[in-house]
This record gives sequence, C-alpha cells and structure tokens, in this order.
Amino acid sequence: MSRTHVNCVINGDEIDFLTSDGESLLNALRDEVGLTGTKEGCGTGDCGACSVLLDGALVCSCLVFAPEAEGSTIVTVEGLADGDHLNTLQQTFLEGAALQCGVCTPGFLIAAQALLDKNPDPTETEVRYALAGNLCRCTGYDKIVRSVLDAATQMRETTGA
Amino acid sequence: MSIADDPATDAPGYKWVGSRPIRPDGFDKVTGRAKFGADHYLPGMLEGHTVRSPHAHARIVSIDTSAAERVPGVKAVVTGADFPAVEGDAMARNVPHNSIARDKVLYEGHLVAAVAATSREAAKAGAEAVVVEYEVLPHVLTAAEATAEGAPLLHDDMITNGIDPAPEQPSNIYQRNILARGDLDKGFADADVVVEREFITKPVHQGYIEPQACVADTTPDGHTTLWVSSQGHFAMRDFSAQVLGWDITRVKAIAAEIGGGFGGKTVTYLEPIAIKLSAKAGRPVKMVMTRAEVLKATGPTSGSRMRVKMGARGDGKFTAAEIVLEFEAGGYPGSPVMPAAMTCLAPYDLENFSVEGFDIVVNKPRSAAYRAPGGPISSFAVESVVDMVAEELGMDPIDLRLTNAAVEGTQAPYGPKLPRIGMVETLEAVRDHPHYSAQLGPNQGRGVATGFWFNAGMNSSVVVHVNPDGTATVVTGSPDIGGSRASMALFAAEELGIDMELIRPVVADTETVGFNDVTGGSRVTHATGAAVVEACRLIVADLRARAAKTWDVDIDEVEWVDGQAQKTDGSEAPLSLKDIAGKWDRSGGPISAAFTHNARGAGPAFSTQVCDVEVDPDTGVVTVVRYTTAQDAGRAIHPSYVEGQFQGGVVQGIGWALNEEYVYGDDGRLQNASFLDYRIPVTSDMPMIDTILVEVPNPAHPYGVRGVGEVGIVPPLAAVANAVYQATGKRFTELPINPIRILEATMGE
Repeated sequence: MSRTHVNCVINGDEIDFLTSDGESLLNALRDEVGLTGTKEGCGTGDCGACSVLLDGALVCSCLVFAPEAEGSTIVTVEGLADGDHLNTLQQTFLEGAALQCGVCTPGFLIAAQALLDKNPDPTETEVRYALAGNLCRCTGYDKIVRSVLDAATQMRETTGA
Repeated sequence: MSIADDPATDAPGYKWVGSRPIRPDGFDKVTGRAKFGADHYLPGMLEGHTVRSPHAHARIVSIDTSAAERVPGVKAVVTGADFPAVEGDAMARNVPHNSIARDKVLYEGHLVAAVAATSREAAKAGAEAVVVEYEVLPHVLTAAEATAEGAPLLHDDMITNGIDPAPEQPSNIYQRNILARGDLDKGFADADVVVEREFITKPVHQGYIEPQACVADTTPDGHTTLWVSSQGHFAMRDFSAQVLGWDITRVKAIAAEIGGGFGGKTVTYLEPIAIKLSAKAGRPVKMVMTRAEVLKATGPTSGSRMRVKMGARGDGKFTAAEIVLEFEAGGYPGSPVMPAAMTCLAPYDLENFSVEGFDIVVNKPRSAAYRAPGGPISSFAVESVVDMVAEELGMDPIDLRLTNAAVEGTQAPYGPKLPRIGMVETLEAVRDHPHYSAQLGPNQGRGVATGFWFNAGMNSSVVVHVNPDGTATVVTGSPDIGGSRASMALFAAEELGIDMELIRPVVADTETVGFNDVTGGSRVTHATGAAVVEACRLIVADLRARAAKTWDVDIDEVEWVDGQAQKTDGSEAPLSLKDIAGKWDRSGGPISAAFTHNARGAGPAFSTQVCDVEVDPDTGVVTVVRYTTAQDAGRAIHPSYVEGQFQGGVVQGIGWALNEEYVYGDDGRLQNASFLDYRIPVTSDMPMIDTILVEVPNPAHPYGVRGVGEVGIVPPLAAVANAVYQATGKRFTELPINPIRILEATMGE
C-alpha cells in the first residue's frame, strides 16, 4: 500500500509521518505520531473530543484527512503546557474541578483556547456557544464554563488587558 | 473486622476531609498524558473489527469465515463456535451469548464474529468477507408488542418466574416481582383524591464519551494481559474468564483510565473476544468500538410502560399507591425493574401499596446499568402523579412531600426500617432556597421532584504502604471515574496526619491488589474509602507500637497526633511518621497494611430538585432556564467533585426528559445511532446547575459518607415534566418531551 509522507509542525516540533490517503488526522496523530491525548469519541465530528488547532483554526481532527496536514502548524493538548508549567486554562480546569473522567478534557481545553485566542473577555453565553461542539457527559458543563471564565479573567489580569 | 464503631460524624474539625485540593491524577488529564482504553499500543499489535447482525431477530443458519481468513493481513477470525457452550436459562446465556451470538441474534448490532488483522483496513475487509446466512424472524420492540397474544419469542425456553403456579407456556416475560403491604382497597376508600395515569419512556443510553476499548495480549501458554477501560477490571477479568471457560488466574486485567461509564462499563463486550482473537493470532489485539456500535450494542437502559394510581386524603396524607411497571430488558433478561419498584415510593411513608414489576425481553440491545438503574424511570411516573395530587389538593408540592416524607424509622417499601436519612432536609433546603420563590417569566413553569437511591457497599480491598521517606502509597482496585483518587488521598491524609501531597493513590491491576467490585452504585468513596480509612488505622496502630518500642513504654502511653507519635506525658520528643519509617529496619521492617471490606450499611440518599423551564410556543422547544438541586451526601469528602456528581446527574436527567431516545424503524433497526441524531445536552442547552450540599452523616461510615453518584439523576425527569406542565397546562406522560410532542399537545390553541 502506498503511503503519503506528511511534514508539519506539531506543538512546535517539526514532525514528519507516513499515512494512508484515507486516514484521518486524528488516527495519524495517535497511531503514527504517538500523541494519544487527542481522543476519538464519535469519528463523525459530533463530540469534539478530537479537537486540535490546525493553523490556528479549531477543527475536529477526525474530519481532516491526514495528508491535508502537509505544511500546517498543529497544536494538540500535549502542546498547551510549557514543560511542567500548565497554561492558565489547564490550571483553572484543575482548580475548578472541570473534569471528572477527563476524556473530553483535551478537546474542551483546545476549544476553550481557540475561543480565548479570539475573544479574551467572553460572556457566559459566548463560552457556552463556543463550547457547544464539545460533548461532556460527566460534569453538566457548569464547572467547565466557570473554569473558562476564570481563565479568561486571569489571562486578562496577566496581560493587563 | 468491623467498620465505623466510632463514627466521627458529629464534630468533624477535619484538616483534609472536606477540602478541595487538585486531584492527584489531574496533571495527566489536562496534558493528554492519561492513558484511556484506546491509548495502549504494543509491538506487533493487531486491530480487531466486528461483524454484527443487521437484523433485529434472526436465526443464524451458517457462518463461513474462509474468505475472511484469506484476506491479506487477517490473522484470526472468531465466531460463537470458538466459545464454550452455555448450560441454563436465558439469564445464564446473558453474558456469554450477548458477548457473541450462537444460534440466534436478538437485536441489530448483536456480535456474530470478529476479525483481527495487521491494519484497520485489513480487519474491516476481513469482517466484510465473513458470510453469515440468516433466517430472519419477526421481531418485537416494546413491552406491549412482546406481551401481545402470539408474539414471537426471543427465548423459546423462557417460563416466567415469580408466578404461582408457573405458566406452562414460554413467553417474553422473564420475571414478575411484587412488593406489597397493607390494604389497597381500604387505602383507596380512605382517599379524597385519586389520580391514575399511564407513562411511557424510551430506552436511553449512558452516553459516555469514550467508546469501549481494550487490548488483549494472550501468550501461547494461555494467559492473557488485558488493558481495559471499564468500571471494574476485576469484573472484566471474571466475565471474560466466564465467557472463555477459563480459570480466573489466566486473565490479568489492568485498569486504563475510563472515559465515563455511568453503569454501562460494568459488563464485558469486547474483552473476551479480543482475548480469543489474540490467542488464535498469537499477537496482541486491540478492539475499539465505533460510536454506532456503542449505541447499537451496549448500554442502554430500559424503555418502559407504567401505570401509577395514588390516593390521598384532603390533608395530603397518601393513603395508597398501586403501580405496575413493565420494563424492556433488551435481548436478554435483567432490566432494572426490581430496583425501579423498590425505589419509586421510598421517599414516602406509605401504609398501603402494591408495586408489580415485569422484566420483558424485546429485540433491542441488552440493557445495562445506568446511574441509579431503574430509579429515574419509575420516579418519573410516581413524581408526576404526586405533582397531580398536589394540584388536585391545592397543596404546595413540597408541603405535600413533607407531609408524607420518610424519616428515620420509616419502614421502606423494600423492607427495612430506614436509618438516619436526609429526605426532609433536602425538601426544606429547596423550599427555603431563593429559587423556589423567585418570580417566573412568561411561558415559564416551575417543577419539583424528589428521588431516592439505596447506594451500594459491596467489596473492596486496599493496601497502604508507608515509604521510608515519609510518603505513603494507597493501593486500591477501584477505577477512578471522577476523582476518587482524590478522596482516597484525603482519607489517608486525614488518618495518617500527613500532607495529601505525600500520598500517592494508585489503581492497581488484578494481580496486585485484592478483589474490588465495580466502581458503581455510588460505592467507591463509601466502601473503598472506608477500607482506606481502616488500613490507615492499622498503619497508625503499627506506628504507635513502634514508637512505644523505641521508648520502651506501653502502647497506651503513645498517641498519634498530627502525623507523629507523642508520649502522653510529653517526656519524649515526638517521632514523626517519617522518623519511624526512615528507621523501620530497627522496629520490625516495612510498614504496610491491607484491609478487605465487605461494606454493609450504605447510606440511603435523597435528592430534591427544582427546575424552571421556558417553553417556546412557536417552536415547542423547552429550555431549562434555572435549576437547583439539593442532595444528601452524608459527608462531602471533596466537595467540588460531589457538586460535580450532582450537576452531571441532573444534566443527564434533563437530556432524558427533553431529548434523548432510541428511535427504531419498523425494520427493528436503530435510526439514530450517532451523537448527531442521539443528541445529548450540550453546553449551550444548559444553565448553571446550582447545588445545595446537604450533609446528614451516614452513621455506618467512619466519615459519614453516603455516596453521591446516582440519586441526582432520579428526580430530573419528573421535575422537568412538572415544570413543563406548569408552563403549558399540558401533562406529558411520555418521554422525551421534545418539540414534536409539545406542538402536538398545544396545537390549535
């Protein structure tokens, strides 16, 4: 079976991998690159557990063909922390108990990051709609929304915005 | 050993219990490091793919795997013929035949064969090359169809249990149970108001985000290592051994992190299949379900048809209740009709009642436990009728419930006298909350409902090791589904008197720690937690003995305070846990204690909830605009995760009330097997869920824990329905209350 050679930047590192043309970016990240923090909950773009930032855009990596990643810059959940220094969202998720089982958490963190990158001062309603593509069955969303709002506040205070 | 002779429940003053530290597994779970079921990879690992029935009901005439075995990359194919035959009735066939069909398939999605190959594509191609010849049979999808005269039978040897004399002819009813007390006729004769209604609910799925997944690595000598995402790796080990006909020692199960379960991951599906594929191929095999497989072949909880009749005097006192519950079990018996019957009247002190339950097989997926199994279904019916009684009497619905509330000493409908419970406290908490008296807007309505759940105790085994640097390792076998590692560490910190940071809680494999029942029944913080407490107390006794030995005094002269041994007269410098551990070779060697616990005395839990909805008269969309839940936790060990359990249960219940259902076509096939079409609540659907933590300590637990996971999902179905009634004037007795039903009911007005 012929395989396609893909070069991209993932979490700041230049990465290359081989993939089949019909393979999803999600499977390539997990099986070929070894980044299993990105999860599959449905494989049809309905649950958001596989969310990644592809050239800054929030995408479901299960709906992206792996060869489409050629030349792109990708951020996965593994790229959010700086070594052992968690980013603000990761920290507020932990302090706010915004996860129970934790399997949806990588997708929520990525989607929340995408929101705050664009809108540093979202309302509760804006947070709720920005995260509506991510399913969580454990928390009822309350603590997730609060943690995102807390992170936004802390990030604005840090940047003086 | 006895637990909790000294319930420290009245004057806590705890340092750690009740605080809100960051969970020990938190870093891994926000950085993508945590390994869930599908995240395990082994060299040479094969990928599995399944062959499932496209028919709701059919006889398997033949299965030809020869073409599949010739597909390049295919290394093994298994069918039912690879597993031992099963003796016994439909209940005995439940686990083995649901794992892989033998002579018949009983629902669309029933597993028929499986293939392991060197890639996903090859495994899929292999599965498509398996040729199954079916003789399609007529199917039944509901309790009504299954019990109709001349209905096709799923199991031709099924004679209904619980009827005397036993029926001569087989049927689709596996069991009838009845709970009854008092005199129904007298009770209804005493009533000033009698309300009777029929209710219908559909199957709904647990909806965990992580599909079932496992990796099995079977060696040529017939032993296997199983990495599995489940609510209990001991259960996965034991069920797998049962299906394979193996000794339990041949299966070592390692708990992956679990991405949600809600009861649905307490039984095996893929595990014995992956083990057998690995045995045949001689290589590790990974199997991961698709979302469609999850919806078609795992979970759901029962659909139902119910009739509830209740009577009350003019002063509100209930006089009688007569209830019939018909639950769809799916292809094999075992619906939660019994707990549904036991729980639905448990909030109330009632003299005369009869609750009759039927466990009925239908051509739908075999039902699995779902958070307070059965409770939400029967409580939807009863709490709706209670709301109607309140309206007929012109009484406030909380006052009506207070009039009838079960208290300590009330004889529960399921038998025992209730111990100290918090039913009244949850009702009063909601009544006194500002939400209950807040002004409603146009098209809005407010509903209340209450609910009961037993909570479980069951079996747990733990080991606590003290390390020479003064840290401690707490080893349990209870998968951490929502923060239980944090609770275990908090208990240990409290008991040992050292910082929680110094405690490492781990979930060990089935060869490393003693047996643990599943993480379910709201039992882990209660039962495994109590075992951790008791093991730590053994450690403290050992540490005191070692200090006494060092000081050459009687142990009674040594007390354990703030993580150090102190001589009661203060004549010696205290010895810390670290001091003693660092020199353990001088005082008897390593410091370790195991505790095995058969937990009795789980504390019954109650929850009372108030819901405000707004109904859009044009679209029929119901929006929950405000929600408050009061639940008795007994004692909240980590309050943030307790609140999270309250909130999560409520939102699952709201989804059940308003939107979730299994939709079947006439062909017996599931029409909405995706998260697009089986739509669970999303962030933008929900308001904040306000929580009121009621703490009426459970006298049977050293810290008063009751367990908090389940009861929160019991009241929302009726709370929402009662709110919709107030908003629309229409009583909805069939779930879900979706826009179609709303518009059908309100059209033309």
